[in-house]
Amino acid sequence: MGHSKKRKEDARFIQGKGNYVDDVKLPGMLYMDIVRSPYAYAKIKSIDSSKALEIPGVVAVVTGKDLEKYNLHWMPTLMSDTQMVLPTDTVMYQAQEVAAVIATDRYIARDGKEAVIVEYETMKPLMDPFDALDPEAPVLRSDKEGKTDNHIWHWEVGDKEKTDDIFSNADITVKQQMHIPRIHVASIETCGCVASYDKVENHLTMYMTTQAPHAIRTVIALVAGHVGLTEEKIRVISPDIGGGFGGKVPVYPGYVIAIAVSFLTGSPIKWIEDRSENLQADSFARDYHITAEMAGTSDGKIQATRFKVLADHGYTDASANPSKFPTGLFSIGTGSYDYGAAYMEADAVYTNKPPGGVAYRCSFRVTEAVHAIERMTDMFAKKAGKDPAQLRMENFIKKEDFPWASPTGWSYDSGDYHAGLKLAMDTVGYDELRIEQAQLRKEGKLMGIGISTFTEVVGAGPSKDFDILGIKMFDSAEIRVHPTGKAIARFGTKSQGQGHETTYAQIIAEELGIPMEHIQIEEGDTDTAPYGLGTYASRSTPTAGAAAAMAARKLRDKAKKIAAHLLEVSEQDLEWEPGKFFVKGAPEKVKTIQEIVFAAYTNHPEGMEGGFEATHYYDPPNLTFPSGAYICVVDVDPETCDIKVRRFVAIDDCGNIINPMIVQGQVHGGLTQGIAPAMYEELIYDEAGNILNGTFMDYLVPTAVESPNWETGHTVTPAPHHPIGAKGVGESPTVGAPPAIVNAIVDAVAHLGIKHLEIPVTPFKLYKELKAVGYFNQQEA
Amino acid sequence: MIPSKFQYKRAESVSDALSMMSDDAKLLAGGHSLLPAMKLRLNQPDTLIDISRIEELKSIKDEGDHIVIGAAATHHDIAHSNLVKGACSMIASGAGQIGDIQVRNAGTIGGSLAHADPAADWPALVIAAEATIRVQGQGGPRDIPAASFFTGFYETALADDEIITEIHIPKLPAGSSSTYVKFVQPASRFAIVGCAVVKNAAEGEVGNIKVAVTGVSEMAYRAHGVEDELMGQVVSDESIDRAAARATDHVDVLSDHYASEKYRKHIAQVYVRKALETLK
Repeated sequence: MGHSKKRKEDARFIQGKGNYVDDVKLPGMLYMDIVRSPYAYAKIKSIDSSKALEIPGVVAVVTGKDLEKYNLHWMPTLMSDTQMVLPTDTVMYQAQEVAAVIATDRYIARDGKEAVIVEYETMKPLMDPFDALDPEAPVLRSDKEGKTDNHIWHWEVGDKEKTDDIFSNADITVKQQMHIPRIHVASIETCGCVASYDKVENHLTMYMTTQAPHAIRTVIALVAGHVGLTEEKIRVISPDIGGGFGGKVPVYPGYVIAIAVSFLTGSPIKWIEDRSENLQADSFARDYHITAEMAGTSDGKIQATRFKVLADHGYTDASANPSKFPTGLFSIGTGSYDYGAAYMEADAVYTNKPPGGVAYRCSFRVTEAVHAIERMTDMFAKKAGKDPAQLRMENFIKKEDFPWASPTGWSYDSGDYHAGLKLAMDTVGYDELRIEQAQLRKEGKLMGIGISTFTEVVGAGPSKDFDILGIKMFDSAEIRVHPTGKAIARFGTKSQGQGHETTYAQIIAEELGIPMEHIQIEEGDTDTAPYGLGTYASRSTPTAGAAAAMAARKLRDKAKKIAAHLLEVSEQDLEWEPGKFFVKGAPEKVKTIQEIVFAAYTNHPEGMEGGFEATHYYDPPNLTFPSGAYICVVDVDPETCDIKVRRFVAIDDCGNIINPMIVQGQVHGGLTQGIAPAMYEELIYDEAGNILNGTFMDYLVPTAVESPNWETGHTVTPAPHHPIGAKGVGESPTVGAPPAIVNAIVDAVAHLGIKHLEIPVTPFKLYKELKAVGYFNQQEA
Repeated sequence: MIPSKFQYKRAESVSDALSMMSDDAKLLAGGHSLLPAMKLRLNQPDTLIDISRIEELKSIKDEGDHIVIGAAATHHDIAHSNLVKGACSMIASGAGQIGDIQVRNAGTIGGSLAHADPAADWPALVIAAEATIRVQGQGGPRDIPAASFFTGFYETALADDEIITEIHIPKLPAGSSSTYVKFVQPASRFAIVGCAVVKNAAEGEVGNIKVAVTGVSEMAYRAHGVEDELMGQVVSDESIDRAAARATDHVDVLSDHYASEKYRKHIAQVYVRKALETLK
């Protein structure tokens, strides 16, 4: 633990020997391509497959009507809503699946797709979620009996009366409407599967890009049980995955069609999305419209917050949200500050946009919440006339006040927010930067400093609040140590690039003293791995990592009994140091873990079970609450409004660190995905429902080219309830970075009359805002 | 990439390529304009004629008062050529601003010119350099001045049965200077505004400046208004400001979600001024 061990998995990745779904090739395999709707809202008048079927090599064209015969044309979503697999009469968003073409070759499948003729009757789509609330708006989900509006759900939390009361008596209140726009995870590997049904054995093997293979197997069994595919007849294999970020949790129609076609034909069916399909049709993230308010005293003490959300879910609520709350963990939005009253409410609506709602590198909806609270904290500081760092220092929850009960019901486990911000300020040279900024303003130059001091909530989760279809959110580890002292460990999680093969091996090595090189880690095969709910929401180390430690400790207890037997002493006389037990005061009387394990197979005490294996299912007593203090410095070109990030200091507190190099890699990647929504990414639709940036030519996923030099650091406040004191880190930077950047840009132009900027803050958007406050008038007069 | 079916032929020489050409054939060089269109099946040629390995198209040569860049020279080759840097430095620096490293390693000058994307960098560079584009058809070679090569939105004076073979760039006399500045569309790295400026010392101490702009309108253009303001003038802050204000004279300015007409016009003025300032 605490060592930057090189990643075990990289040997195959850097040699091009990874094994991804698209590398799976089975005898007799057929290929699937999907006909997609060019319209956002239309009736399907006819589908003519005849031209496609004339193409040599096209085997079949599958439509919604075909699936309807088996009652497979609709499927449930993880949020108990319903989603079309293939439509029988109406398409609800552009790029929706309309028909599937099956062919003997990937290229012929695409030729067949081009040859399918679909006649549509277009309707005016509902693209604005506020319009969707209008009582006069057309009812999109007329498939639902008795549905008379586009409203999906209402949710609220907190003390409304107390909060309203504080607001009406407060010295200072600030209020801002903001949009956290629709973005896409855009993992480099798109989604896909090979569905292979064996008619003789009545057995389905499903190779797929999923972050949660066990949950998927259960879902398939629930959906396809009526045609005889019960859970023991389904094997889900998730091979190497090229990035997930939440986008590989949902079940997409393509998976279901592939299974249905394989079931009907007995042939393996491969379906791999292309880039545009992935970007245009797979689950989106964010799309929250938030009206945020903060109240406090004139000397800058925060007293209450009030958030009202309108969530645009597209045509169905297919959120990948494992919590009992429809807004996920949005209620973490009271932030890192000590005050007693908050009230939050949210409503969700249907529109003619693709479905989804994925937790893009965050616990569900935490990014939205953190953006709101960190923007409001800055606005409140401005109105109170205080430096935003000073105001944060004065309002932080103190480290001695943990565990701390938040006004929305969370129990923050631990934190030291003052130390984090102080370290970030010292690293960046905060006071000097403020002096420089004052000087630059005199010269007409625009420079800004932005802070985000966020609290994350990860590690879903305690079974009282978290489940998928009722299955509790524990996760698992199974460790088998072979007679020669080498081990294999299997997990219910699934790495998508996070380095589990290294991190888990390090945890077990620390706990058992077996060198990590001799610990093989396996995930992703439901036939061999213990049940678990997968990898997302920064939950792997908090849950499966804990399970690994707990299973290893069970083995250590057994090892102690065997050592006592071998050394002919009582257990109380033994002392442990990684890799060996020795007799207290007589260190020469020692048994190594390898000797002990060998004895477990050859010479174990009478009455003890042989072998050296343990399994643990870890149900966390609480979530973990990583935190961070980020400071961003930007320079804005006063003529073009081009924005350059000059410095970015990220101080994270993720508790005890297992592998500092992996943590740093996670932080770098997360920060890059943090500048994305702040400065570049937004899926843009026109009024007709057309996506305007559905390719990488128009939709920028930032790369090393756009990344500033990240300056990272840590404070360490271990999670008190976690076996190794770790908290999870994969998502903190994605969550914490956007408000730091936006606060910096607003700070750069605040003296010109700008109070708020909507993300992504592009040069064009900033130009329009500055023009609106008269900034360019003088130059252009 | 899942394109429609096509035949692949490799040409060994320009005449070989010319003999393979037909109505349904497309020339393949770096593939950075053609392949994205084929990937989306916007373009479905029957045959691809690969000209990327024709040695005679890849060289960069010194021919006295001008240099000759082969049409299949990559952006990378041009950006790193000392010959190009010495002849007209903005041609090298402009090539170095195209796309990203992968694009520059594969994309070619001839392919980009033939594609005539209104936001591409090469059109402004060759117009300002007063380059000549040599093309070859069955009837032999002909030379097209860069100024009349671009005829509209993705349209050029190149005939369907012709191949661009060479780009002739006049050498700038000692004491001259040239520059290319670009405001970039972050996703595609094409220009929202690109401005190429050449100040030719041989033509007098002051005011002999060629300015070309790309990204702003349906095709790259020579900014005559800007040049007129500076003609015979000493280049000063005041004359530059007056000149830059005319960056988009007589052109229809494009508008998209990266830059409205107003903003693009504003950026064009700022970038023309930035380019001119480097020549002071």
